[in-house]
Amino acid sequence: MAKTKVAKPKHKNLSRKKAIAGYLFISPFIIGFLAFMLKPLCESFMMSLSEVKVIGGKGGFVMNFWGLKNFKQAFLVDAEFTRFLTTELTTMLTHVPATIIISFFMALILNQSFKGRTLARAIFFLPVILSSGVLVGLEYNNSLLSGMEEYIKENTNTSEITATLQSILSTTGLGSKYLETVYNIVNSLYDVVIASGIQIIIFLSGLQTIPKSMFEAATIEGCTAWEGFWKITLPMVSSVILVNVIYTIVDFFMKSNSQVMTKITNTMVLQMDYGFSAAMAWVYFLAVMLIIGIFSLITSRWVYYYE
Amino acid sequence: MSKNLSQRWNHFLERNRKSGGYLLKKIIMRRLYSIARAVLIFGLCFLILQPLFNKISASFMAEKDLYDPTIIVVPRNPTLDNYKIAAYLLKYWKILRNTLFVSLLASVAQVVCCTLVGYGFARFKFPLKKLWFACVILVIVVPPQTIMSSLYLNFRFFDIFGIIKAITGSTINLQNSIIPYILLCMTGMGLKSGLYIFLIRQYFRGVPKELEEAAYVDGCGNFQTFIRIMLPDATPIITSCFLFAFVWQWTDSFYARIFLKSTSLLATELPALPTRLSEYIVSLTGSGKASTAYGMAMISTGMIMTIIPLLIIYVIAQKGFVESLSQTGLKM
Repeated sequence: MAKTKVAKPKHKNLSRKKAIAGYLFISPFIIGFLAFMLKPLCESFMMSLSEVKVIGGKGGFVMNFWGLKNFKQAFLVDAEFTRFLTTELTTMLTHVPATIIISFFMALILNQSFKGRTLARAIFFLPVILSSGVLVGLEYNNSLLSGMEEYIKENTNTSEITATLQSILSTTGLGSKYLETVYNIVNSLYDVVIASGIQIIIFLSGLQTIPKSMFEAATIEGCTAWEGFWKITLPMVSSVILVNVIYTIVDFFMKSNSQVMTKITNTMVLQMDYGFSAAMAWVYFLAVMLIIGIFSLITSRWVYYYE
Repeated sequence: MSKNLSQRWNHFLERNRKSGGYLLKKIIMRRLYSIARAVLIFGLCFLILQPLFNKISASFMAEKDLYDPTIIVVPRNPTLDNYKIAAYLLKYWKILRNTLFVSLLASVAQVVCCTLVGYGFARFKFPLKKLWFACVILVIVVPPQTIMSSLYLNFRFFDIFGIIKAITGSTINLQNSIIPYILLCMTGMGLKSGLYIFLIRQYFRGVPKELEEAAYVDGCGNFQTFIRIMLPDATPIITSCFLFAFVWQWTDSFYARIFLKSTSLLATELPALPTRLSEYIVSLTGSGKASTAYGMAMISTGMIMTIIPLLIIYVIAQKGFVESLSQTGLKM
């Protein structure tokens, strides 16, 4: 009897110690979250509802509450913001599914064994480095080739091979509208492939967790590769698909070259209009949350958890 | 030799006949599939590498080559002048040193913090754990722009609960120093820190618990167990997080533009290159302005110079980037 009385508090003591140790380990994050995330988040919400004035010298800044005026300016007055936002959202609707499908497909191929697989993998992950940060923005602005093309056309009158091909194709009576979509798809393929490096890695990690014995058992039972894909591969990686969908959406919206992001940053840094930029940032944030919510609701309906 | 071959052919035909044509069909299908796969992989690899090749070839071209329609990829007058001019305009070696310093400092701070936090989330039970982890997810999801204006003003007029103002009479302007950014990295709020916390937590969750329990039984404390047992085990994921942090920091211009205005970094100087080139040409000739194509060729050169250190790291540590991440077993 006495023994249990001694033992019980000791056990409690241990779990308490563990809890304290756990809090110590995550304490940097807690401090950071409270000081540099929660406080600014609340503050920027306040800013979005008020007029922010920076007082020169040592003063600081003042906020005058003026309700929804900043939001009204964003939606009703400003000519660019709503246009940028809608283009961003519509591009996203096609971009995210395309990225998911292509990266899944690529992961399936890179998971098979063939000669030069290491090299192929290395090249496919190269965009993770090459298309990050400032480099993407420069890539899009780099009109060197188109500029050269115009110059050449002006000076020499020789037409390009691709342009000739395009004109032949569009005059032979094949519906030019369909060709237009084909050109668009081919053009955007580059963007999608460039943006799917991390997703391929995540899918690969998912594919490698599927036990080989499952496929063997299925093959013995007379399952074809096609059926195996739908009945084994897809359900087994469905949880990874959810991770990937969320990652792709976040990654797409955080791209530093997106027009909305650039506008918000410029309003803040160059025009010093903090209230207006905070309002736009909040609208953007809520839109992102909404879309993540919708997509993850759709995806999580058919996620299958093995174990 | 030929007899041997024909014998084998006959043998194959025999086997094929016995299988009812299935064998031949199977072999043809397999060959066709691997050819199609090779074509697809080659095409996509080309798609990824082609802009890089383009930039490399443009960076070696002399100005007149850029306008010559008969020159497509291989420059006729290969020259290193573009590199010399770009290095001069960017003050390359100085800002390379700056960038290296900032990226190393920031990524080390980030990885140390994220490892501690990730381990804490993976291996300890404490009240409100789910809430805090939801906060990590929130950090991943919130666009930095939302909080940036407030953070910016906070560091412009930095103060801890009004203590500093009470002592010195004014707030500190931390805007033009590296301190705020390092502070953010150390507390897990840097560039993509949430993602690293998530990845490291995921990895630690996969390490068998028995290892730790053995250490506890032998009288190891919490922190000592972490340093001696768990850390060596987690080297792959920590290296890959470090590499990602370093590379993304290297090319990041958003945080740099806001926090590190006075330090010139590669990522922030690069877009200004064409303007600099124009100014340079004006200062040399007294008139005129650099053509667009030449400015773009200059940007290509600058980009190559920015990427080269990263490419070297990537080639050396390719395994760290690719293999270790695919071992983490990511799951929601």
